[in-house]
Amino acid sequence: MKKMSGLDRIFLLITGLLAAYQIVVGVKSADALAALAYTVAFGVLLVAGLLLIIFGFEVLASPIVVVVAAIIPVWLALGLVAQYFSVLGTTALVLAIVGLLAVAVTRFGARGKLATMVLAVVHGIAGIIIFGLPIVLSLRGIAPPGFAMIGVGGALIGLGGLLLSFLKAGKPILSEETILTVLPGLLLLMTAAFVAGFAAL
Amino acid sequence: MKTIKAKLRAYWTLIKSLQTGLLLITGLAAYMSARCPVTTWETLLAVTATLFLAISGSTVLNMVYDRDIDAKMKRACMRPLPSGKVSVREALLLGFLLSIAGVGGALLMSSLYGAIVFAGLFFDVIVYTVWLKRRTPYSIIIGGLAGGMPALAGRALAVGAVDPLGILLALGVLLWIPTHIMTFNLKYADDYARAGVPTFPSAYGINGTRIIITLSSVGAAIAVTLAAIGIGMSWGYLRLLVVLSGGLLALAAASMWRPSERMNHGLFKYASVYMLGSMLLLAAEAF
Repeated sequence: MKKMSGLDRIFLLITGLLAAYQIVVGVKSADALAALAYTVAFGVLLVAGLLLIIFGFEVLASPIVVVVAAIIPVWLALGLVAQYFSVLGTTALVLAIVGLLAVAVTRFGARGKLATMVLAVVHGIAGIIIFGLPIVLSLRGIAPPGFAMIGVGGALIGLGGLLLSFLKAGKPILSEETILTVLPGLLLLMTAAFVAGFAAL
Repeated sequence: MKTIKAKLRAYWTLIKSLQTGLLLITGLAAYMSARCPVTTWETLLAVTATLFLAISGSTVLNMVYDRDIDAKMKRACMRPLPSGKVSVREALLLGFLLSIAGVGGALLMSSLYGAIVFAGLFFDVIVYTVWLKRRTPYSIIIGGLAGGMPALAGRALAVGAVDPLGILLALGVLLWIPTHIMTFNLKYADDYARAGVPTFPSAYGINGTRIIITLSSVGAAIAVTLAAIGIGMSWGYLRLLVVLSGGLLALAAASMWRPSERMNHGLFKYASVYMLGSMLLLAAEAF
């Protein structure tokens, strides 16, 4: 597996610092559930970045990575729904927990096609929400234009999730070397887009 | 010039700069946790100097006493004393000078602060290294107690007394130290066995040690978080501290669930990052 370079570590460190910053400053006008969801998403991003720095890319070989990688988009999507459609907050929370449990159970239990399908559905729904919702909210004037940056982050997290998922499923879209080369930069750009989007509020 | 540089490099190794730096940060963070008006740049500088000198001094004195066992350990045999880069007499002189300067300076600042700094040095050098380290694996508790003293001292200087929050911060460091040292004991078990130093892995086995590491990680995270709440850490910083604590707990649990040397080393590194991060958060509150 590819060795982590100094630049990779710097990118991951900045990613972690940006995530830490977002946790500290919070998100303006987020209620308790939304704040919790954002904290979990950025918290997992921060800890995952630190673990990548400590263990290197080898940590991606662990089957738990797929579950952990799903937590970030799912809880971010939950935060957005809870913040802008508060009546759907509890339903979204239940769906998020069920989705993550389904990913975990199929990953460690059934595996095969069912596991890939469940993962694709959970990632897909979360990805559509993170990508589409901020852009729609910005276009309709409910949120400031800069909030659409979260959609950019959503597209990047979708791309990263797709590359990693297919790699883990044994059918890589790009070579492992290429994916691991772009991953730290992709994580950094994604986090920067999220932080910029939330700062616009 | 080359000789002076080489000598300074050897001295720098003798004071275990990373470990000393981390303990120094715990003391500074505890001092700054009391916030204004006690935190001034002058006193902050004096706390930095006195703690650095005292911690460095005790580390050098430990190195002098442990030079025979260091020589038997692969990991430590190239340290300045067993490798002959620094003579015993020279290291002893350096250790005493640093210790006297550190404790003396601390006593000049405040008798309570000085007494705690001295207690830390006494526990570390005499009780831990000279008396208990080669006799019982439980010496780690005294080592932990000594490690918690900079935090207790810093807080005591700031508030003028030994308060419950200072004790909690020291407890956080004390409980963090087994995670730090026992993961080392596991990794270098052969080294410690060769040197005849009793450790938890040699006395209670690898699984027993992993359980203690996990429990001490949980304890450290709880103590530091409770101290942060008691200090009145703002909600944003507290959220971040809880996230970092969660990472420590998850990794400690993972090291029991899927034990490996790699996981062990990862826990060791994360525990250091956790202590550094949590102390920086406490210090950041002062600004």
